[in-house]
Amino acid sequence: MSRVPFYLLVGALLVIGIILTIFRHFHYDVPFMPGEQRQIWEVEAQVNFDAENGPVRIDLALPSNQPGFRLLTENTASSGFGLSYLRDDKARHAQWAIRQANGPQQLYYSAQLLVTDGEEEFLAEPPALQRDIGWERPYDTAAREVIDQAHERSADAFTFTRELIKEFTDQRQGENARLLLSQYERPVLLTRLLNQANVHARIVNGLRLEDGRRRQSLTPWLQVFENEKWVLINPRTGEQGKPDDLLLWERHGNAVLEVQGGSDSRVSFSMLRHNEPASVAVRNQFADDTLLNFSIHSLPIEEQALFKTILLIPIGALVVVLLRVLVGLETSGTFMPVLIALAFIQTTLITGLVGFLLVVAVGLVIRSYLSRLNLLLVARVSAVIITVIAIISLFSVMAYRFGLNAGLTITFFPMIILSWTIERMSILWEEEGPKEVLKQGFGSLLTAVLAYLAMNNPWVRHITFNFLGVQLILMAMILLLGNYTGYRLLELRRFQPLAKDD
Amino acid sequence: MWATPARLQAKGVIGMNRRNIRYIGRYNDRRLYPLVDDKLQTKLLAKHHGITTPDLIGTVSTQFDVKHVVEMVKDAPGFVIKPAKGSGGKGILVVERQQDGGYVKPSGARIERVDLERHVSNILSGLYSLGGTPDVAVIESLIAFDEVFAAYTYEGVPDIRVIIFRGYPVMAMMRLSTAASDGKANLHQGAVGVGLDITTGAALRGVQFNRPREDHPDTGHGLASLYVPGWDALLHLAASCYEMTGLGYLGTDMVLDRHHGPMLLELNARPGLAIQMANGEGLRRRLDLIEKQAETRSVEARVAFAQRHFAREGELASSA
Repeated sequence: MSRVPFYLLVGALLVIGIILTIFRHFHYDVPFMPGEQRQIWEVEAQVNFDAENGPVRIDLALPSNQPGFRLLTENTASSGFGLSYLRDDKARHAQWAIRQANGPQQLYYSAQLLVTDGEEEFLAEPPALQRDIGWERPYDTAAREVIDQAHERSADAFTFTRELIKEFTDQRQGENARLLLSQYERPVLLTRLLNQANVHARIVNGLRLEDGRRRQSLTPWLQVFENEKWVLINPRTGEQGKPDDLLLWERHGNAVLEVQGGSDSRVSFSMLRHNEPASVAVRNQFADDTLLNFSIHSLPIEEQALFKTILLIPIGALVVVLLRVLVGLETSGTFMPVLIALAFIQTTLITGLVGFLLVVAVGLVIRSYLSRLNLLLVARVSAVIITVIAIISLFSVMAYRFGLNAGLTITFFPMIILSWTIERMSILWEEEGPKEVLKQGFGSLLTAVLAYLAMNNPWVRHITFNFLGVQLILMAMILLLGNYTGYRLLELRRFQPLAKDD
Repeated sequence: MWATPARLQAKGVIGMNRRNIRYIGRYNDRRLYPLVDDKLQTKLLAKHHGITTPDLIGTVSTQFDVKHVVEMVKDAPGFVIKPAKGSGGKGILVVERQQDGGYVKPSGARIERVDLERHVSNILSGLYSLGGTPDVAVIESLIAFDEVFAAYTYEGVPDIRVIIFRGYPVMAMMRLSTAASDGKANLHQGAVGVGLDITTGAALRGVQFNRPREDHPDTGHGLASLYVPGWDALLHLAASCYEMTGLGYLGTDMVLDRHHGPMLLELNARPGLAIQMANGEGLRRRLDLIEKQAETRSVEARVAFAQRHFAREGELASSA
């Protein structure tokens, strides 16, 4: 059996991988290091609606330059629709139109935004006060009382708004506030109240930018004006000022999406951050996609965000192969640690470790009771799955109650995998004793932590996402490791008595 | 504490990676695995080849039949229930005798009818099988192990593992269960491994938890006097498993029955490496020698070849 084809394959993978990587580095100016760069957000809006077999017109509000963000390029994808960018009263929007359409439709708009230091204020004209605000019978008194209360405790429009929001937050929510909230949505209600109190205010829509997020929606913010100045106030918490990661998508108080001739319309957002060298960041780099520029960046952003995680899995697999083939570490379930490591990326390490140990420990206790019930295997594992879900829900609620928001991320754990882990550990406990459980549990956790450290490393993330050739190199490395016939590290200890001279 | 790779290499010690790629991967055709991974198939095959195995009392293959187990074992004084596709001794339940409608394990622990049925039901669900696939429970009569070994075991049946490489017996050891191993014959759980001379079947050296051992930890009996009677017959039986299965790198687990002599307990297509510890010797030199043998030989010739080349002096003090 000749090993030549094997080495040829490994060699070919290595060569192609390295060439692709170098080509991308030099030709497309993608750096090997993630630092010293400009951040670019790529945001994609996806409009969905059902056309009603006739002419359709869609208006989507578009973002424009603002402190913190500069619009670089924008693209749309909409087959068969006519498109024009419109600008009225400084507000921009895209208008799609078609004479005849039926059934579900999808339109895409994507924008590249450069992150700037942007301290400069932009001017905004205060909206006209709505004079004729009508309240129905019980609500008018409630509104007046809430306004009076907030008015007493405040000095200007901004503090007034803050006090007003406080009236509606959980701790101080009075009877009046509850009554009003039962009739109106919070942001709408707040603008109405502000307008009634002669404060110029309107709702603007912002997008929280978080790397790799998909299916996000806009959140309403209050823009409150006084004496040529304005501030942004979070209607949920009363916090003042614009967070750095907030992109104001629509800031003129207009509707974000208007559809005529369609129903069930909604818009959702995906976003992705990547780093570009400052020189490249300015010009649009991905306009000319050739086959050689084989890059995930040519995919829609939603898929790109998905790939950012998927492309890390080979790194996790490599860690597992290294630890098993070269070290000889025992784990419970071969690739279970990789899945746990993926969960750690979402939860952060300490929270993840604590959460994992809690879930598995409580799961083992409950599983030991289940084993006394004499159940069929599939039913028992299913019962364990439900138990795991119950534990996770319970911990989430408890963590939230104690104000530990980190505890909520426990839901990122792969529950089926956890259930099998508990089942296997439990059998191991019954058959081989707690020592073996600790050994394998420790092996699994150590592997998971190492895989996490490798996968969460900024440089590794940068390399795997930006250089697809690296995947081929990883493949070649794993193939080579699969061919390793030498000793494992732990065997050097296991067979140590054999090395002695007789 | 740690050995250098070069030192182990010089001693001919084989590691897991080498075993997997160089021997199992090369000499064991995956197609043949079911023959040994399914104990029921092994049993039927062995019967066909005239190799003795413990008596089959019956099999249970559907949950519906689980309640017939009690009836099945009614007349057997002692019996063993094992999953057909189990591995590493998992899921094997040994019942030494029946008493007042209950069952007594070798440890003296008593289990009830429901426990017995649950165990069978677990086996059928695939709890112990490779990959968790549905399985069949095999019920065999208990082996009446030879009394010469009574002083060397605690609760369990001492079994003899012989590694058969391309039909040649290359290395052998006996596994003695101890209190520490809870009556199980797995070395990593604390059973004593005793290396056996291929030529004579006499004990070479004992190992427990990777440390040399001169006597059985529970019975205190010296290991030096341990030898396997009818050794040649046992080796013949083990070596003929090569023709039976076609697997080139095979672990055969044998027992000596008081009435029926050597019996095949089960076969293993991925035998462990602890046998090197028990023998105090690496497998490499012996495997290399067998690999150089080009001609096909009969079972007798292969056993004779192995006995001629793999003779060893015992390391145990015979005074014990």
